[in-house]
Amino acid sequence: MNTLLNHKWATALTVLAALLVLVAPQFMKNYGIYLLSYWLVFIIATMGLNLTIGYAGQKSLGHAAFFGIGAYTVAILMKAGVSFWLGLPAAAFICFVVGLILGFPALRVQAIYLAFATLGFNTAIWLVMRNEEWLTGGTFGINNIARPSLFGYSLEGNLPYYYFVLAVALVMAGLLWGLLRSPWGKAFKALRDNPIRAESLGVDIRNYTLLSFAIGAAYAGVAGALFASLVQFIEPAPFTVAASIMMYLMVVVGGAGYFLGPIIGAAVGVVLPEWLRDVPYVSNWYLPMFGAAVVLLMVWLPDGLLSIPDRLREKRDARAASAARSAAASRIGAAS
Amino acid sequence: MSNALLKVTDLKKAYGAIQAVGGVSFEVMPGEIFGVIGPNGSGKTTMFNSVLGQIRPDAGAIELNGKNITGLSPLALSRRGVGRTFQTLQVFGKMTVRDNLIVAAQEHKGSMFGRMFAPGDSGLGDKADALIDQFRIRHVADKPAGTLSYGQQKLVDIAMAFMAEPDLVLLDEPCAGVNPSLVGGISTLLKDLNRNPKFGNKASFVVIEHNMDFVMDLCHRIMVMVEGRVLAIGTPAEIRGNKQVLDAYLGN
Repeated sequence: MNTLLNHKWATALTVLAALLVLVAPQFMKNYGIYLLSYWLVFIIATMGLNLTIGYAGQKSLGHAAFFGIGAYTVAILMKAGVSFWLGLPAAAFICFVVGLILGFPALRVQAIYLAFATLGFNTAIWLVMRNEEWLTGGTFGINNIARPSLFGYSLEGNLPYYYFVLAVALVMAGLLWGLLRSPWGKAFKALRDNPIRAESLGVDIRNYTLLSFAIGAAYAGVAGALFASLVQFIEPAPFTVAASIMMYLMVVVGGAGYFLGPIIGAAVGVVLPEWLRDVPYVSNWYLPMFGAAVVLLMVWLPDGLLSIPDRLREKRDARAASAARSAAASRIGAAS
Repeated sequence: MSNALLKVTDLKKAYGAIQAVGGVSFEVMPGEIFGVIGPNGSGKTTMFNSVLGQIRPDAGAIELNGKNITGLSPLALSRRGVGRTFQTLQVFGKMTVRDNLIVAAQEHKGSMFGRMFAPGDSGLGDKADALIDQFRIRHVADKPAGTLSYGQQKLVDIAMAFMAEPDLVLLDEPCAGVNPSLVGGISTLLKDLNRNPKFGNKASFVVIEHNMDFVMDLCHRIMVMVEGRVLAIGTPAEIRGNKQVLDAYLGN
């Protein structure tokens, strides 16, 4: 009965969400559509980070570097006259390779030490973006990045580009869903929960660690490529260590290891502050309030917002079990 | 050449000035349950970890089915059919019990690339369900392993070691922290698994355990270790009757 009810709820929510993402933009102003595209870009990026952190348990504070590498790859290639449709896979591929390389420190160090190593990597990449003017334009960045056209249909407008980003996001989500449902998903979780036991059971923790970084980085690369073409101007600022920390928070707030976590996390991380920008008093205080909310969340809901249903279910089960115990106890009492 | 499944010859491992294992030799036959007992600090776990590739021995040879496996990684050993449990609980806490069992064997099937496209349970669902029923953990099969009681987790922990149908399983204190009624249950399970025709009547275990009744009842032969050396190897009856063992370990 309960599962049936849950099923109905899930279906209703899915239909509602589909309507929202497919139909609502038709009635929105340019800026709203732009913001939705922005949200989708960050969902793709944090989906990858969720694989690295939430499923494989590798603490990475360097995700914005991959996001940046993806963005600069597309921007530089397009400025050189290369098509966006080659730039996008190139961004994913380069990030995959660099992610694989960044995975190697993770074979030696874990937890906070790994976080520091990835943080150092992010700083190094950011310095390249800022200082190597011949390649990246330095602090002036690269502007007038064009939006592509698909089969002769221009994606220049905000609405067509939104639908394009939505399609990519759905494909990326589908691929991740498939990967996590395959034995790979279990191997990643085993690596996260207990690497020593996993290895003793034949799980090649070396390969899975490296691939969790590489695949996560490839997602950031795709997101970065879409980002460059969305904002049409890139400079080093969105790819700092602070941006990596923000992405980490998005994953944690949404719920690390929950498939839909990045949707919530990215909404809280990038959409909500934009919406609240014009609300008096709130706008100036958004970051402090966000910070305080994260502190409270970590105290009461360390597994993120999407863990709420699990929490409620656990409580209900515990109550039911305790009721069953006391009923059994009173039966024994009555019998004796 | 003997027909031993596991042959350990003159194994040595020192930590600084402390000789944790000082020249240990023994053989485990196919189908045998081989017990290892000895006081705390006698080198049992160091010997175990050397055999299992967790630490590198200073000297000595370890052979599995006549092939040298000295210094192989835990991963390589797992792929060669050596399973193990740890002294402390080692389950995958956030995964369901059923997934714990499936992941315990899935990496033995096919290639890593091929597994990307394999069904979620790798075709191991029936095998997992059979072990779940045998270990009587059906009622918790869909719960995250980390939420179970200690005893239930211990059962999951042991069951995982058998998912991949290994030739040899090393169990490090399977009864540690388990209540007395479950100790008997674990003993029965291990005896059943030992005789399971699926293993071709060949599955062998090496068991470290402090619970003397358990060891004497379960094991075919027992090795007594004291201060990194082998004091005696024999049947439970021989060990019980060995005066040196009584003096050194069992007490009188």
